[in-house]
Amino acid sequence: MSAFFASLGLPEVIAGLIVVALNAYVLTGGADFGGGVWDLLARGQNREEQRRHIADSLAPIWEANHVWLIVVVVMLFTAFPAAFQQIAIVLHIPLTIMLIGIVLRGSAFVFRSYGAWTKAARDRWSATFAVASVVTPVVLGISIGALATGDVGAAAERIEKGGVSFADGFVKPWLGVFPVATGLFALALFAFLAAVYLAYGAKTDDLREAFRKRALGAAVAVAVLAALALFTSYREAPRVAGGVTGSAWALPLHVLTAIAAIGAIVALVKRSYGAARVTAAAQVTFILWGWVLSQYPFVVPDTLTIRDSVAPRATLTLLFIGLAVGTLILAPALRYLYGIFAVQPEEVAGRNRGERRRKAKERTKS
Amino acid sequence: MAMSLGFHIVFAEIGIAMPLLMVLAEWRWRRTGDETYLKLAKRWAKGSAVLFAVGAVSGTVLSFELGLLWPRFMKFAGPIIGIPFSLEGFAFFTEAIFLGVYLYGWEKISARAHLASGVIVALSGAASAVFVVMVNAWMNTPTGITVVDGQITELDPIAGMLNPSTLQQVVHMLIAAYAATALAVAGLHAAILRRKGEVVFHRRAMMIALAVGVPAAILQPLSGDLSARVVAKWQPIKLAALEGHFETQAGAPLRIGGIPDANAMTTRYAIEIPRGLSLLAFHDPNAVVIGLKKFSRDYWPPLVPVHFAFQIMVGLGTIMALVGVWTAVTHFRRRDIVANRKLLLALAIITPFGFIATEAGWTVTEVGRQPWVVNGLVKTADAVTPMTGLFYPMLLFTLLYVGLTAIVVAVMRSIVSEPTA
Repeated sequence: MSAFFASLGLPEVIAGLIVVALNAYVLTGGADFGGGVWDLLARGQNREEQRRHIADSLAPIWEANHVWLIVVVVMLFTAFPAAFQQIAIVLHIPLTIMLIGIVLRGSAFVFRSYGAWTKAARDRWSATFAVASVVTPVVLGISIGALATGDVGAAAERIEKGGVSFADGFVKPWLGVFPVATGLFALALFAFLAAVYLAYGAKTDDLREAFRKRALGAAVAVAVLAALALFTSYREAPRVAGGVTGSAWALPLHVLTAIAAIGAIVALVKRSYGAARVTAAAQVTFILWGWVLSQYPFVVPDTLTIRDSVAPRATLTLLFIGLAVGTLILAPALRYLYGIFAVQPEEVAGRNRGERRRKAKERTKS
Repeated sequence: MAMSLGFHIVFAEIGIAMPLLMVLAEWRWRRTGDETYLKLAKRWAKGSAVLFAVGAVSGTVLSFELGLLWPRFMKFAGPIIGIPFSLEGFAFFTEAIFLGVYLYGWEKISARAHLASGVIVALSGAASAVFVVMVNAWMNTPTGITVVDGQITELDPIAGMLNPSTLQQVVHMLIAAYAATALAVAGLHAAILRRKGEVVFHRRAMMIALAVGVPAAILQPLSGDLSARVVAKWQPIKLAALEGHFETQAGAPLRIGGIPDANAMTTRYAIEIPRGLSLLAFHDPNAVVIGLKKFSRDYWPPLVPVHFAFQIMVGLGTIMALVGVWTAVTHFRRRDIVANRKLLLALAIITPFGFIATEAGWTVTEVGRQPWVVNGLVKTADAVTPMTGLFYPMLLFTLLYVGLTAIVVAVMRSIVSEPTA
């Protein structure tokens, strides 16, 4: 462990900050995708109410949430250009699909809100928004899964040497069981996060119950898909399997993830939504860092480490200063944004836990 | 990529200038209490929201596409252009945050805070443009980088950001954004005023847009002159291509129109203004202007598109400036612009000119730099991804963007023509 800390320098710090930005994207932008999933799956009598709640929750913040992804990409190509090159070449196809998904989702969402549309046209925008919300996280997950297998790096080196077929170079590295399992896992995680957030922010008991049930359902899907991803990783991504199960930090991270996961489910069952939100976010965070640490010090396993692919010192120093100054401006701005649109206590009927329990009991009786 | 950028540049322009109009309208409302201004601010805020969202997603596409299409360029240039891109990321983030506050915060925050968030949106939009144009300027005149045998030996991102083209390109692009967008908005309202007669809402809208667009349109030729001189100094081959100028000569003529013929090495059918080019490019009628023949043909950009694009940009820019002068003169002679039907017609006609000129200007700077992606350092052909079948993603993105443009136009029309009562 101390050797690990001794190995940390500016490149590692920057790499860590990229993961922090990715983490922020997953917790905010990821949940926005999850919102689209629940728009697609809206069922029951209050389904229009569910959709409205989803749209109202997303509208003021989704663009800011989305910028995290741009931050991740820009930092990656600034600080680790060689790694970015390999990723961009080999994962051209899934990343392109992801981009199309991002464009369609975002534009469908604003077009739906701002145009004067007929009902049929509005429904088409809703469908576009919802389908793109499902596809995009899956390909994002596939890309991350593919990276973790080491196939991306291997393919990039073969492409550089030349004479690689299209399928071997640009399709097979990501079209495997483990990447696809990771993609589905990412989708389930995002849907889970979104349901928890939506339950927390719901203004009526009916809505809150609806999203609570969905959150519990998604939690089951998360568990099943996590097991599937882990199972397939033994064969296809031994580094992940080894890192997640064998290294020094594996056990504590596992324990933390498990505590958070169980905590989230318990909180949902007990209807304490604030606690559910924190534990669900913690669970997702631990999973992300589990993956990252499992492939440390590689940026692209098993070809490029942080030190292999790092940009010149002058760039790193400037980037770090830029990040520090940027954070000083952004952090209060983001707090302001979320503060304005956070749920106001008086808006939530029965926020008090005792009262909520009593109401829930009444409901089960009737 | 070119197509993504061509699409993005127009949305980015509107995204830069629209918030300024929106803030001005809100400020007028707070000052005068005239509810028409409030309606206007809300209407323009809606427009900003749609365009910002589309600009945001198309900007995401660009940040990835840089790598997806030009991975080898990015490996080379990432450490230097990544810094302005990172700063742009922060500016963009700020814009996104405060646009959210502005759009959805009308009832939730104080009047002053609301106006202030609008101002922040307008400023951070302009700042984003500054940083992005820095990157493009660096591609034209790369500084802060020393390359020996294909390896970067020295790197100074700050010197790269402050390269010789930065100042003029940034100024030219910002003014273009304000001129193109504001005159387009003014043109749309002028057309309605001409059709329907006096409508207070459209009058107010047009006047605010003109207040931004007219000064910008009049200033733009001056900034263009500055640009031409920087290009003349640092990229003589580009200047020669813009002008269809083959022979190195003192007192070179300025050519208007004409078709450059690369094989015959001459430009036919052009109207030549004696010594015009020397005068404009170096402010000296006898200055020597280097011609294309001085350079190996391997380094010539495609002459016909560059020459035509340049003519279109300058021509449309001139018309916009002239209409701008006309508008200003009318206004300062205390005549009512709305009552002048000919002027309204002229304003309506030039509605799309600014955007067309922008696309042309972008063609000038990008195609005019070919065959280089980073001038003198990296050739475009060497930077492209090794993946084959690039035709398909390009076709896909083209269709996507054409579709999006059509829808954005439809949404904007419905926003502009919504009943004003």
